[in-house]
Amino acid sequence: MAEVPMVFILAGLAAYTVLAGADFGAGLWMLLTRPGRVGPAVTRDHARHAMGPVWEANHVWLIFALAVCWTAYPVAFGSIASTLAVPLFIAAVGIILRGASYALRGQLGGARGRHLVEALFVISSILTPFALGAAVGGIASGRVPVGNAAGNLVTSWLNPTSVVIGALAVATGGHLAAVYLAADAHRLGERSLEADFRARALGSGVVAGALALTGLLVVRVDAPALYDGLTGDGGAIMVGISAAAGLATLMLVWRYRFGMSRATAALAVAAIVAGWALAQRPRVLPGLSIEQAAAGRATLLAVIVSVAVGAAVLVPSLFLLFHLYLRGRLDPAAGPGAAARTRPASGRDARHRTAQAVVAAATLLAGVVLTSVIGSGWPLVLGVVCLIVCAVATFGLVTTDITEEGSNGRAAVRRDG
Amino acid sequence: MPVDPDYLWQARQMQALSFAVHIPLVCFGIAFPAMVLFCEWRSLRTGDPVLATLARRWSKVMLALFAVGVVTGTILSFELGLLWPQFMARFGEVFGLGFTLEGFSFFIEAIFIGIYVYGWDRLPPRLHLLCGVPIVVAGVTGSLFVIAVNGWMNHPTGFTMRDGVVVDADPWSALFGNSYFWHEFVHMYFAGYIVAGFAVATPYAWAMLRGRRGRYERTALTVAMSTAAVAAPLQVIVGDWAAREVAQHQPVKLAALEGLGQTTRGAPEHLGGWYNGHEVVYGIEIPRLLSLLALHDPNGTVMGLNAVGADEVPPVNVVRFAFQTMVGIGTLLALLGLLFLYVRLRYRRLPRSRWFYRAAVAAGPLSIVALIAGWVTTEVGRQPWVVYNVMRTTEAVTGASGIPVGYGTLVVVYLGLAAAVGWLLHRFSRVPVEVHDDG
Repeated sequence: MAEVPMVFILAGLAAYTVLAGADFGAGLWMLLTRPGRVGPAVTRDHARHAMGPVWEANHVWLIFALAVCWTAYPVAFGSIASTLAVPLFIAAVGIILRGASYALRGQLGGARGRHLVEALFVISSILTPFALGAAVGGIASGRVPVGNAAGNLVTSWLNPTSVVIGALAVATGGHLAAVYLAADAHRLGERSLEADFRARALGSGVVAGALALTGLLVVRVDAPALYDGLTGDGGAIMVGISAAAGLATLMLVWRYRFGMSRATAALAVAAIVAGWALAQRPRVLPGLSIEQAAAGRATLLAVIVSVAVGAAVLVPSLFLLFHLYLRGRLDPAAGPGAAARTRPASGRDARHRTAQAVVAAATLLAGVVLTSVIGSGWPLVLGVVCLIVCAVATFGLVTTDITEEGSNGRAAVRRDG
Repeated sequence: MPVDPDYLWQARQMQALSFAVHIPLVCFGIAFPAMVLFCEWRSLRTGDPVLATLARRWSKVMLALFAVGVVTGTILSFELGLLWPQFMARFGEVFGLGFTLEGFSFFIEAIFIGIYVYGWDRLPPRLHLLCGVPIVVAGVTGSLFVIAVNGWMNHPTGFTMRDGVVVDADPWSALFGNSYFWHEFVHMYFAGYIVAGFAVATPYAWAMLRGRRGRYERTALTVAMSTAAVAAPLQVIVGDWAAREVAQHQPVKLAALEGLGQTTRGAPEHLGGWYNGHEVVYGIEIPRLLSLLALHDPNGTVMGLNAVGADEVPPVNVVRFAFQTMVGIGTLLALLGLLFLYVRLRYRRLPRSRWFYRAAVAAGPLSIVALIAGWVTTEVGRQPWVVYNVMRTTEAVTGASGIPVGYGTLVVVYLGLAAAVGWLLHRFSRVPVEVHDDG
């Protein structure tokens, strides 16, 4: 049971690496707009618009992974957060700057200052995944001991393994983004953009692959234990899957099969996360196995039940989002106008109003007496419910004639006397 | 490990700053979806194009504020670990579940806000309205889970300590079997409606003063003011309940709220003034009021700060000042709300006095001040404990250096963020109103 929450954390991290990684990567392509057939401005717009509706919601995956970590493996979390405070803080600041500059850029149009805002967006898009990758490198290479800031605040994340994993995080994000953007351009029928991003997807794929191989060599020297894990048993299988999926992506992109390449690119990245986990297993931090790191049984059970129930609500919601998104795509002009039915005011409304007033007055009286005079136990609970009912009823009364033109109309503000 | 007290101070400032930025956005998460849905629901029933336009425009603002809230909330979850690793390491298994649950709420909210805002004109009206409901529900449950954690910090239960280590942690009973958090939740829930209502009303009251008095402005003002006005007077009753809970479970905090040095029978309340370490000086004394308010008995005995050691007393003047700010502003807002309700119900129109609109412009920012003052009251009043009577804040803080650098950076970043959000909302308000006549 001690390992189940870790599976949740890794699933969250894999989703974050793939989904948010692609978002970060889109920022990278706003910087590297040359060489290309289309102008830099068009490239940047394409990259920006692809991030679309729920741009910052992907951070939910990271928050989920953090929350499960501090609930199920609190000691490990405290040690990681304190020793790796610097890269985590950089990532946090990067997340704020990215969100803010993206929102601003959307509103700026061609206004002054857009270059500064765009630069901020690009820098934070590179810095954030690098810092998070470097933090992972610190954990993977065993540089985070158990304790409150017990490790070195600098070398825990500025070391060969961290740097190479940070760089890999940036490169894989760029690769994912290029594949997705090529697929988007293909669907939109933008041939020149498609060709540009196809070339970028191929180039960044080769770079990411080369970085991954370099990383293996670096890890062999810098963190032999991790290297042994990555080259033995489950770790080697995942490394193999990642390599195969990466090669498959390159092949598919080469042959303009973008739809499939989205899936294989995501698999290649997610397999790296799984490989890291298998390579480290069962060690979470030096001298701390997953059994030792795990919280008590009741807490683990509570986490597992919560995630199961949460998923039961979440999966249909995600399905609905997907379904509606596709339907909207298929039928963009489907604009059923609001079904307007004007109901004239009648005697029934007047009676309704009186009833509402009675409810508001009665619940106010009951609420005050139960909450304030009796003020404990079940009467208190009932009193609070009465107060809420009173608020709703009063709101109904106040807004009942809001749609009548004259209702607020006689309210011309008096001129200053 | 001994920690430099400077770092503790700066770590607390940093956390407080991040909360102060995030909490007003939480209010919008609680109340704004309900306001938007109300407008859409009424526009569907009556075919009123003004309400339909309001719902559309407000839903865009709602999305923007939600996005900023996502970011500031992400920072908070980072900071829990970055600044208080020992707190998380020792007690994460007791209260952490609250945040896991909140994560799901928040995910649901994100999904349906996306569907709702991008679904205008693409979904059948009824389905569109229905898609707004989970946003309202998730806004409530999300704040419930987080406040359950805060309630636990103020009134820790659901675990046993043995040799400084938590054993037998039971997160369900710690978070939800804990009666203490309910008053915090209800108080915050009403505050959400007050803050969102008054803050939304502010620009329309400003527009009315500047002579833009079309039906659009009047309707927007009526919806926003009504939201705040029904909640603000009732908050007084909820606040009374909250004070009695504090008196019962956290007598030291209550003594700090008033600056009561000695345990007193028939304790008075002071308005204003300064706590000099023994008593409140230069304040206006109202005899027996504290006993009356806290215990509902004018002759009740209220525990003074002298009942505990000096190292267990929170910074009295900060807590007192914050508390009096909250109560003072809250009272004024309640009066403004009652005035609005009276005019609206008695004469079926908006008030005419320019002073009403000036007050309404001020009410938005003031309600945010009161909100933050309220959280300062409860959180600084909890000091020197991070987990009340169990773990001191000094034991929780990080051993990492460089907190001042982080604090400085965050101040700069948040100032930039505040400027950006202000500018964005200004831009939203400048988009000319085009009433969608869907009928």
